[in-house]
Amino acid sequence: MHLSHFSAALVFALFASIVFGITQRNDARSMLRYGAYCFALFVGGVIAGGWFLWLLKH
Amino acid sequence: MTAEKAAAQSTQHPVTLQSIVVLILGWLLPGAGHFMLKKWWRGLLLFVSVVAMFALRIMMQGKVYTANTGDILDMLGFVGDVGSGILYFAAQIMDLGRGAIHIAVADYGTKFIIVAGLLNIMAAIDAHHIAIGKKA
Repeated sequence: MHLSHFSAALVFALFASIVFGITQRNDARSMLRYGAYCFALFVGGVIAGGWFLWLLKH
Repeated sequence: MTAEKAAAQSTQHPVTLQSIVVLILGWLLPGAGHFMLKKWWRGLLLFVSVVAMFALRIMMQGKVYTANTGDILDMLGFVGDVGSGILYFAAQIMDLGRGAIHIAVADYGTKFIIVAGLLNIMAAIDAHHIAIGKKA
């Protein structure tokens, strides 16, 4: 199986966010919101990190 | 934390036999602790998340760490890996974790299994907290 770096990061973000949401909040609505927040931070971090490295290279 | 505070907290959330069983079961099989507490959806999502990360690792030919290599980083990797419980032991028995260092995604796979183990430990502790009444 050949995942790209980005798709591997997306899969990682998805599953880690699910577990974070379930374990760090008490009710279903807060779990969903916190999971989505973590997912956004993971993906945002990947994109920001990617652009930062691009800027370093150029 | 003072001794009084710790004592008050332990009486507020007493550790029962069920909470210990839930913790161990949750570690051995992802989501099993939540299933035991009848938190079906949470258990199912945790099971799918941890098992999917583990399965992806196998497909990406990631490395499974062993306990006694003498390298401190390998030992830390082992601690992460063993968090997957029965999945880790199954991978060891089936000799699945040799790791293909010439494939770039194999390194992602190695990280996936470590994270899967750490997430499973979080899930098992969460089940324990539900069992002692610390969490809903």
